[in-house]
Amino acid sequence: MTDLFGLLSFGSGGWGDDLARGVVVTITLALATLPLGLALGLGVALLKNAKGRIARALGELYTTVFRGLPELLTILIVAFGAPRLIAALTGATVEINSFVAGVVALGLVFGAFSSEVLLAAIRAVPKGQSESAAALGLSRRLAFRLVVFPQLWRVALPGLSNTWLVLLKDTSLVSVIALADLTRQTNLAVNATKQPFFFYLVACLLYLALSGLSTAIARRLEARADRGFAAAGR
Amino acid sequence: MEAALGHAILTVWGALGFDAELMARYGPRVVDGLWTTLGLVAVSCTVGFLLALPLGVALVEGGRVTRALCLSFSTFFRGTPLLAQVFLVYYGAGQFRDALDAVGLWGVFRDAWWCVAITFTLNTAAYQGEIIRGGVRSVARGQGEAAAALGLRRGQTYLTVILPQALAQGLRPLGNELVLMIKASSIASVVTVYDVLGATKYAFSRSYDFEVYLWAALIYLVLVETVRRVWNLLERRATRHLRPREA
Amino acid sequence: MSSSRFAFAGAAALALACALIAGPAAAKDWSKIKIGTEGAYPPFNVVGADGQVQGFDIDIAKAICEKIKAECTFVAQDWDGIIPALLANKYDAIFASMSITDERKKTIAFSKRYYQTPALFVTDKRNASMGTSTDAMKGKTIGAQSSTVSGTYLQDVYEPAGATVKLYATQDEANLDLASGRLDAVLGDKTVMLPWLEKSDGGKCCQVIGQDIRDEKYFGEGIGAGLRKEDIELKELIDKGIAEILADGTYEKINAKYFPFSLY
Repeated sequence: MTDLFGLLSFGSGGWGDDLARGVVVTITLALATLPLGLALGLGVALLKNAKGRIARALGELYTTVFRGLPELLTILIVAFGAPRLIAALTGATVEINSFVAGVVALGLVFGAFSSEVLLAAIRAVPKGQSESAAALGLSRRLAFRLVVFPQLWRVALPGLSNTWLVLLKDTSLVSVIALADLTRQTNLAVNATKQPFFFYLVACLLYLALSGLSTAIARRLEARADRGFAAAGR
Repeated sequence: MEAALGHAILTVWGALGFDAELMARYGPRVVDGLWTTLGLVAVSCTVGFLLALPLGVALVEGGRVTRALCLSFSTFFRGTPLLAQVFLVYYGAGQFRDALDAVGLWGVFRDAWWCVAITFTLNTAAYQGEIIRGGVRSVARGQGEAAAALGLRRGQTYLTVILPQALAQGLRPLGNELVLMIKASSIASVVTVYDVLGATKYAFSRSYDFEVYLWAALIYLVLVETVRRVWNLLERRATRHLRPREA
Repeated sequence: MSSSRFAFAGAAALALACALIAGPAAAKDWSKIKIGTEGAYPPFNVVGADGQVQGFDIDIAKAICEKIKAECTFVAQDWDGIIPALLANKYDAIFASMSITDERKKTIAFSKRYYQTPALFVTDKRNASMGTSTDAMKGKTIGAQSSTVSGTYLQDVYEPAGATVKLYATQDEANLDLASGRLDAVLGDKTVMLPWLEKSDGGKCCQVIGQDIRDEKYFGEGIGAGLRKEDIELKELIDKGIAEILADGTYEKINAKYFPFSLY
């Protein structure tokens, strides 16, 4: 039993440092995907909220495709297809490394899911708010930053933190394109030590810790966003 | 008859600009993969539902210990990636082969399909349990009190009053979970199960033709959209008593 | 006035564009070559404790590079994606114990062979009496690494005869399932399976059954370096390198380091 824990030691004999490196890659991947995913999500949400029929249809199409495709398939299509697509369009031969492929694929998926959340949040802020802000003489930028965005953020936060949790778990799929995340490092450890149950259990516990940490942070953010807001039934 | 139909499909396929020869060679495998996917989803979602019912109720009504156990189960399966869970069960079972053999269960865990089906079932049971828990809690207290006033026992109350309403509430998230399961089933391909994605990877490894991934994408999109729309219809019909009546 | 100035600018731009496009069409300079390998196939290519790839394939590649005066760097790549990555220009050549087969020749070109080994079946010692004919394997579950000649052989010869074939991303995963009893037998390269049987803990469970398999149609003309079809000059350079190391004894030295018998 004690030698099982010995396998987790840091340093050349143990796999602890390799797993730790995997955790770092997992977190980095998720954090790198976040800005891309949010930007896409906001863009698509605005498309779906637009007046034009074509814009709305485009937004719907994007959401349908990237919410409907299995994330694993999206990752494989981006990893194998993107170089070919770029080569076909521009004639330039580009090498797409696995990290970039992972960020793009997961970003496309995150964008699709978060667009629904952001759309609901945009619609939840009454038009009167921006109108009053304008009446008070606030510029469009200030109006968005001080009036609209905090209300939008408050409504969107629970949905977005849910989507974040799903993103954290989806990062495990990049192990299939040989990116050295936590799952892949665990695979390597298992191949070398022939102790799959122990190592996969440790990996699961590490993911649980990451989820728990994210939930705690999300709750803090929600409490802060809720300040000064009187909710029904509290 | 089947040959004629097959021929017709291939001609249309070719006319649309796709590679008919590729389809002829690998199409049948992908169709087999489709049956595997449907089988996995059907088994895991149904058995998962049957497990989720007592789980969801226990999360609301259970004593401290029961609730703690159920919560641990739920947190583990909802807080960890499905891929890691599949690896845990598939390779873990291989490690404990002798112990499983002794209780006669090795025959089950030896088969990759069963390993994956079991993991999927536990995973969806956790998610569906949460949905049912939410549904039960959303049913107004008055319902339970009225039932007690009418002399119904607790068990009867659940079966006839609370659960039907809870399930009506939970229909939409349950449909969502079904869609998520269809997508998640593609993970089976990572442990030698030949579902749609598994068959696609096989076709790609022999032909290196990217088109096969587009077929897989099409299949999943059609599957997901169909389920979504049918479920929406079902949900509208089942909750029509909750909506304001059209004059 | 301005129209002629525009015409002049347009012509200049066109000339510049032609120069830029025509530029890359000039002959490629092969003084720096990137080589792709798997890194999970001991003793031919494996990622060492220091993170660098090493093994027979790597040593041969380095020797060839020395002969053709090129600077070579190595990139590790998942086996299933090794050919797509070559086509996507991630590297210029594959030295990963890849068999020369007609099927692969449809998408890539190969250098001349640099070694040749047969395949064989390995099974659990409890199944020692199992035969290796297609009849004997009927109803059994057999495995190999995916995208390999062994995998193709099992799929084309044994699957139609009634065996269940399972394919794995790495040789290790196939061996793991053999050891745990999920597979009745694994087909793999002789020079990879023998060390696994003799030297590793996992291999203690198992033994070889049947004879070496050398079916020409599937196991082809040996192992060669994978190249893009248009890189004809690179192919000639590598072929020259192979011939030179065979002629001057470098090949023998590398061979002896890994195996007591000749691999060529």
